[in-house]
Amino acid sequence: MFRYVFKRLAVMLPTLVVISFIIFVIIQLPPGDYLETHIAELESQGESVDPEKIEFLRRQYGLDQPFAVQYVRWVGGFFHGDWGYSFEHDLPVREVIGDRLWLTILVSIATIIFTWIIAFPIGIYSATHQYSWGDYGLTLLGFIGLATPNFLLALVMLYLANIWFGTSIGGLMDPQYLDQPWSWGKVASVLEHLWIPVVVIGTAGTAGMIRRLRANLLDELEKQYVLTGKAKGLPPAKLLVKYPLRAALNFFIADIGSLLPSVISGAEIVAIVLSLPTTGPMLLSALQSQDMYLAGTFLLFLALLTVVGLLISDLLLAWLDPRIRLQGAAVQ
Amino acid sequence: MNAHNTGRDVDNNTDPGAERNMDRGAARNNARDEHYVSDAPFDPHSVERLTADQEKYFFASRRQLMWWKFKRHKVAVTCGFILLALYTSTLISEFIAPYNLHSRDTHHIYAPPQGLHLFHRGQWVGPFVYGYDYRLNLDNLKREYIANPDKVQRLRFFCSGDAYRFWGRIDMDFHFVCPAEDGTLFLLGTDRLGRDMFSRVVYGARISLLIGLVGIAASLFLGLLLGGLAGYYGGWVDSGIQRLIEILRSFPELPLWMALSAILPVTWSPILVFFGITLILALLDWTGLARAVRSKLLALREEDYCAAARLLGARPKRIIARHLLPGFASHIIASATLSIPGMILGETALSFLGLGLRPPITSWGVLLNEAQNMNVVALYPWLILPVVPVIIIILAFNFFGDGLRDAADPYK
Repeated sequence: MFRYVFKRLAVMLPTLVVISFIIFVIIQLPPGDYLETHIAELESQGESVDPEKIEFLRRQYGLDQPFAVQYVRWVGGFFHGDWGYSFEHDLPVREVIGDRLWLTILVSIATIIFTWIIAFPIGIYSATHQYSWGDYGLTLLGFIGLATPNFLLALVMLYLANIWFGTSIGGLMDPQYLDQPWSWGKVASVLEHLWIPVVVIGTAGTAGMIRRLRANLLDELEKQYVLTGKAKGLPPAKLLVKYPLRAALNFFIADIGSLLPSVISGAEIVAIVLSLPTTGPMLLSALQSQDMYLAGTFLLFLALLTVVGLLISDLLLAWLDPRIRLQGAAVQ
Repeated sequence: MNAHNTGRDVDNNTDPGAERNMDRGAARNNARDEHYVSDAPFDPHSVERLTADQEKYFFASRRQLMWWKFKRHKVAVTCGFILLALYTSTLISEFIAPYNLHSRDTHHIYAPPQGLHLFHRGQWVGPFVYGYDYRLNLDNLKREYIANPDKVQRLRFFCSGDAYRFWGRIDMDFHFVCPAEDGTLFLLGTDRLGRDMFSRVVYGARISLLIGLVGIAASLFLGLLLGGLAGYYGGWVDSGIQRLIEILRSFPELPLWMALSAILPVTWSPILVFFGITLILALLDWTGLARAVRSKLLALREEDYCAAARLLGARPKRIIARHLLPGFASHIIASATLSIPGMILGETALSFLGLGLRPPITSWGVLLNEAQNMNVVALYPWLILPVVPVIIIILAFNFFGDGLRDAADPYK
């Protein structure tokens, strides 16, 4: 097991390095840097810019340095808690982001759990009742969930939630809890608001998961040992739960790999529509205003979230399934 | 196929057995009869003669088999027709749309959809709409349109209406349907500038559908190239490309798309932006195709005909293009079809956020950009209607692709 964990970590590190490099290239690509645009903007409004501060920032973040040096500085900063400087907000990135990262993780995990809870029984039903009306109906429903852009679903749900339940529009908590320290009331308020984004983000993922679970369980059900079990007279429920379902459960963990990127993508756009205090809205505005370090931190964080999610799912799988552990091969 | 097979098997199994029993009986009875040799010429097929139908089936070409198998998938065929109809409509959008893409009706801003009627007070009139009476509600400053049952506006068909330039070349004003003289025809309502939503959806189909095709072409090119290299050469080329695919796959797509499209300079012309966005969509999409190509190649290159070609001195390029590609073209087409919806959704999402295409280029995503906040859903719900064609096209591509994928391997 230790060997496997070590191997898996060794694969992850270069991946992270490449990812951080790609992200840095992307945020560097637009011509000019933020300071130039910022100064031009301020001067056009007739405001004066403190040249010393600009010079300090430029030196601090090495904007005059060659590309490779800037990259190493940027990545190196993460190790001692310096995530760069947000030019737009005039604050270190760390302070601008605040709770957003945790709330993004919270929304993502809640969505995955929701997806599991919904997809599990439906997938089993569809597989065991293949080609029944229920199967067709659920499949069609799943397809429609897959085909509806989730930002639109978010808008409509928001509207309905407001009309039916009077939940305050947008955000993850009631306005009075904003900028308050965490308390039970705040937690309750967050939970009350959490379900809309979770349901909206979850639909597409759930639809995909049901289809994959169904296909997987069907494969398992066609195997010889199921036939043997049937032949020796095992009751159907036991025959389903004891063997094929257990084999299909592994897949549940492994599927995080395909679920997580789509959940995070969905979470971004839904967060923008619902103006959740997660990474989405701020990432969008940072990208639009070329606030490179802020955007870079968000992108790196989202990629990290996926990569770590994959790592956790691989480790869980290795722990559950000795075949993988002993082979030492990574899934996905 | 199964029915034919089992039928034949049964015949084969029973007939010889029956003959043998009879022979044995005959031998016992006429033990002293003379040895008998038939003069008839030997026909090895006498046992399993194929009927004309069976012959047609057993000697059918691969393409023929695929077509038969695809035809059996009714939903996929229907979706194929829907796609064909939608794509054909983009060729004659100007003719189908009652208004132009940019024509405004300043008297009908945010007008709700007009219902299509056939009977007026129990009397047959033919397709018509009731004209609107406009009133500004001074309490909440909301524009109110009330259908006036006295204003019966019969539609005209094959008529002349808004002038347009067909394909940007020929000046015409011929439409399939026009509003009555001095009347209006807003089947899906109007937007904040009084532009007809239905016409805009019809025109938007051009860009939205095209971006799927152009994007998939670019992604197919990348996927074939890189997947082909990985599958054919193996070794470090393979593991390098595999790593790259893994890294790209572990990125959440949308944030990366957002970041890449934020790079496109504001000064670019809309056409350049269109190609830029398409390229961005393709840049993240090719990984799935490359994987499919690679695994198929790995399987196919072990085949005998491949080894034969290599021994005859064919170059890698020739082997890949002439011997390997035709072998899995059908699979690749099926996977490509299945990844078009993701591209269309991606463009819609980006344009909705304002990072994708920009007016005057009009796609369904650009239209949805108008429906960015809750007020729109509450006050002008018809502005979110462009989502309906998006859903239809994505479902159609999914079912059609499923059918293709099943048909891609007709021997299974």
